[in-house]
Amino acid sequence: MNPKQIEKIIDDHHNGNQAGLISLLEEIQAKYSYLPEEALRIVSQKTGTSLVDLYGVATFYRAFSLRPRGKHLISVCLGTACHVRGGEIIASEFQRQLAIKPGETTLDHEISLETVNCLGACALGPIVVADGHYFSNVTVKKVEEIIHKARAGLDRIDIRSDERIFPIEVSCSRCNHSLMDKSRYIDGYPSIRVTVSFNLKHGWLRLSCLYGSFSVDYEYQVPLDEVVNFFCPYCHAELRSSSFCMDCGAPMVPLLVRAGGMVQICSRRGCKGHMLDLTGVNV
Amino acid sequence: MITLHINGLPVSVEQGTTLLEAAQFMGFPIPTLCHKEGLSPYGACRLCLVEIGEGPRARLVSSCTYPAEEGLQVRTASSRVIQARRIILELLLASCPQSKTIQDLASAHGIQQQRFKQEYENCILCGLCVRMCEEQMMAKAIGFRSRGEKRSIGTPFDIQSEDCRRCGACLYICPACELRCTYTEPERAICGGCANLRPPCLEKEGFEDMMCYMDPCVACEIKKD
Repeated sequence: MNPKQIEKIIDDHHNGNQAGLISLLEEIQAKYSYLPEEALRIVSQKTGTSLVDLYGVATFYRAFSLRPRGKHLISVCLGTACHVRGGEIIASEFQRQLAIKPGETTLDHEISLETVNCLGACALGPIVVADGHYFSNVTVKKVEEIIHKARAGLDRIDIRSDERIFPIEVSCSRCNHSLMDKSRYIDGYPSIRVTVSFNLKHGWLRLSCLYGSFSVDYEYQVPLDEVVNFFCPYCHAELRSSSFCMDCGAPMVPLLVRAGGMVQICSRRGCKGHMLDLTGVNV
Repeated sequence: MITLHINGLPVSVEQGTTLLEAAQFMGFPIPTLCHKEGLSPYGACRLCLVEIGEGPRARLVSSCTYPAEEGLQVRTASSRVIQARRIILELLLASCPQSKTIQDLASAHGIQQQRFKQEYENCILCGLCVRMCEEQMMAKAIGFRSRGEKRSIGTPFDIQSEDCRRCGACLYICPACELRCTYTEPERAICGGCANLRPPCLEKEGFEDMMCYMDPCVACEIKKD
């Protein structure tokens, strides 16, 4: 958790009263998938709302969680219509297969299970929602398939058909040596190889060259929210621009785009802040 | 000034006066539990309810939160009020049988048995401690958390709050919690005897002397002589 990010979220929201409290908490929850204790304390300090009231709101609404949730959320409907069509059996099947109770998260922090009271689509019951994708007329047989799909990622964008994603070739902004590494492919394209150092560790990091993809491969696991220093593996110059990330305030890493222009990526692990500057290029 | 009728008697009160204050001014007794002078009205315990209105439009409202209205007909002791109050007391007894305050209120209303499933909670969620902490002690160290049957009072994250000065006001005002024991000698208040309490009625001879004869008894006065 990064206090700066919390403070930024508050600054964007806070207008001197309690009115925006729930949307503010929602925003924090969207970022961390739960409300960290430290975050609530910062919110309390910055907005002047007492911690007691904040905690009351955070525990009152089911939408907020004070414990970390998994990457994927599966909601089983137990509303009246779904219940009479066997929602209870579906819910217990999920509990059995995931070995967790509703409101809990699997040990690998992948899937959280919850029950809800109505999803407003009673004619399609029993309903299960996984990461915003609705599954209707769910039977016990389909449970395994839903878990499998949720684990694989329902929100994954197809990199071949989505036009928002395109490959770029980059080079070092100091020595202009190409950083493309054809010996290892990420997302089906040659990866971008740079050297990173953090916490006395020094190793390679490979980024996907697809603009819009955030897949990475690394020698040493970089902890989330860690700001790392990027180096060119050829001229060993540090890749660091004078600008800072709009989202989290960490220094940006400049990379020259072969076709012209420059792309800047945030040096914080997990932050998706980036800028593409294609000035002087005829698109 | 607003003129209203309480139990048929006309009374003039100032704008903003609650029905409870008006009735107490007239000398009509209304039992209260979650209402204390100096704390904002809350209307949680519903013990102070009174009947207002006429005929089929008559309804029960909590007098501690209902402001006086011009020409209002208030009945503080109609059969409907008495019956509702007795049910509320029985429900309170069902959740917190060891509370002396509730036991005294119950016996004052002639209740000797409650007919619900017996539970042994130590909180009736009256919010007295929360209001005391916020309004009189200016601390705001405790508050309500969660909702529905999981609703409880406590500090955020269940850890010692930095706002708490351990003044003990919440314990002092609580009508239900176990630490309320004041023993028989005031200077030795909070003797800790409640922590390892055994029903003393079993060893005592003068059973009638005991404060409570509610079933089951767990919080009789420890020492009377």
